[in-house]
Amino acid sequence: MEKHNLEARAAAEAAARQSYGKLVAYLCARTHDVAAAEDALSEAFAAALASWPEKGVPERPEAWLMTVARNRSIDVIRHRKTASASMTELEQLFAERQADTGETLPDERLGLMFACAHPAIDAAVRAPLMLQAVLGFDAAAIASAFLVRPAAMGQRLVRAKRRIREAGIPFGVPGRDELPARLDGVLEAIYAAFAEGWSDPAGTETKRRSLAGEGIWLGRLVASLLPEEPEALGLLALMLFAEARRAARRGPAGDYVPLAEQDTALWDARLIEEAEALLRRAGAAGTIGRYQLEAAIQSAHVARRQGGKTDWPAIVVLYDALAALSGSPVVAVNRAVALAEAEGAEAGLRELDRAAEDRRLADYQPFWAARAGLLAQRGDGAAADAAYARAIGLETDEAVRRFLQQRREALRR
Amino acid sequence: MKYMLCIYVDESAQPAAAVDAPHQMSPAFAAYVEALRESGILVGGDRLKPTETATTLRVVDGEAQVLDGPYADTKEQLAGYLVIDVPDIDSALSWAARCPGASRGTLEVRPIWE
Repeated sequence: MEKHNLEARAAAEAAARQSYGKLVAYLCARTHDVAAAEDALSEAFAAALASWPEKGVPERPEAWLMTVARNRSIDVIRHRKTASASMTELEQLFAERQADTGETLPDERLGLMFACAHPAIDAAVRAPLMLQAVLGFDAAAIASAFLVRPAAMGQRLVRAKRRIREAGIPFGVPGRDELPARLDGVLEAIYAAFAEGWSDPAGTETKRRSLAGEGIWLGRLVASLLPEEPEALGLLALMLFAEARRAARRGPAGDYVPLAEQDTALWDARLIEEAEALLRRAGAAGTIGRYQLEAAIQSAHVARRQGGKTDWPAIVVLYDALAALSGSPVVAVNRAVALAEAEGAEAGLRELDRAAEDRRLADYQPFWAARAGLLAQRGDGAAADAAYARAIGLETDEAVRRFLQQRREALRR
Repeated sequence: MKYMLCIYVDESAQPAAAVDAPHQMSPAFAAYVEALRESGILVGGDRLKPTETATTLRVVDGEAQVLDGPYADTKEQLAGYLVIDVPDIDSALSWAARCPGASRGTLEVRPIWE
């Protein structure tokens, strides 16, 4: 019995992971009611855990869950959650019959993602919404990743789902003319999820590390469903380049290792090759975009593993193009760093000064770290010390803080 | 809005303070406070002496009871606080995440009645 139980639980969990988003997407494709679909599905999973240990795991667990959830969702709509969680004998028979007919689920996940990242949904909640609706993350886990109170995150998600239902936000892939702009929202949300996971470089926090993995998973999904979209391929390439370097970002003692000092032998060659191939495929389409440019910059950085040298002038050109596209202050900082490598500290500092006109950079750690490094190169010790102090005070990661501290102390020697 | 960041740490796990200057903040902490100040959001804050110096008092039936030690004997103890003035809780949380105390202990973020 115990073993049976574990097996049933494992089967339910495997089905959950693999098909959660598919089931949610399918259920709410017509009703537009994400919350009701999630409720129905969670009841279906509860029913599965109650029934499978006794009766065995059905041959096609996904179809079984689907049928029960669909019946539940009709129930839920009819009675608005007055339905009991227990399953009648008849319902169960019906579920098994349906599951045996062998119908395959159409994959509506892309439509669900477009709904989650719709312009009518607050940009800040798009990534959390996607993580919940497509991957089944709970509000508390999402809240931690995005540094938001769990109760507030829960409310935002509920509000967004209500909006999808009540504002009649469409489910589905938009038409050709609308696609580029709308796809942008989807890709941005995926990248936001990935970046939240990426910001835990040591990978000590499982929740966050898995978020980077989930971002890649979503990126793969979009790239496989829209294989002709260069930006979808570009984003996946970008995430894979970053992921490939994960192991090299920390020394054996958990110390932070900057990109320039990373041991290229620790980079994941398989992921890099996959990313390069994606980038080539994207380039063939002949329309450049933000993610392709960022991936190309990553590609220029990893080229070091063969030549041992980084082509900084080429990276500056890529940043020029990126700055022209986005005008983001973060891009301006990165561009200044690349420029300093290509033309010297003075040129970089001039660029940083220009970028600093954007007040948002005042609280941006990499701006201060870059400034400190360039000031130190120029021999301006006192100003470098102050800039390092600011960078240290703005950093959230203990290992990076230690690294900046060491750089700061080195100034005094 | 003003928020109080209460910094709780495990005193026994703290790095031994410099013998000659036990009142000094660690460089990382000093940098953090400096960043708060530079951003114009720091209202105030203090570092507290260890709980072995704490005294607890309450009046029961009109009689004062004074005890040695902290209010609650928990593993992590209040080690200091900062008051910051920021637009909202999200901003308060992002500043709390930068506090070195958050990597070593726990930060409680509480809005202040105004």
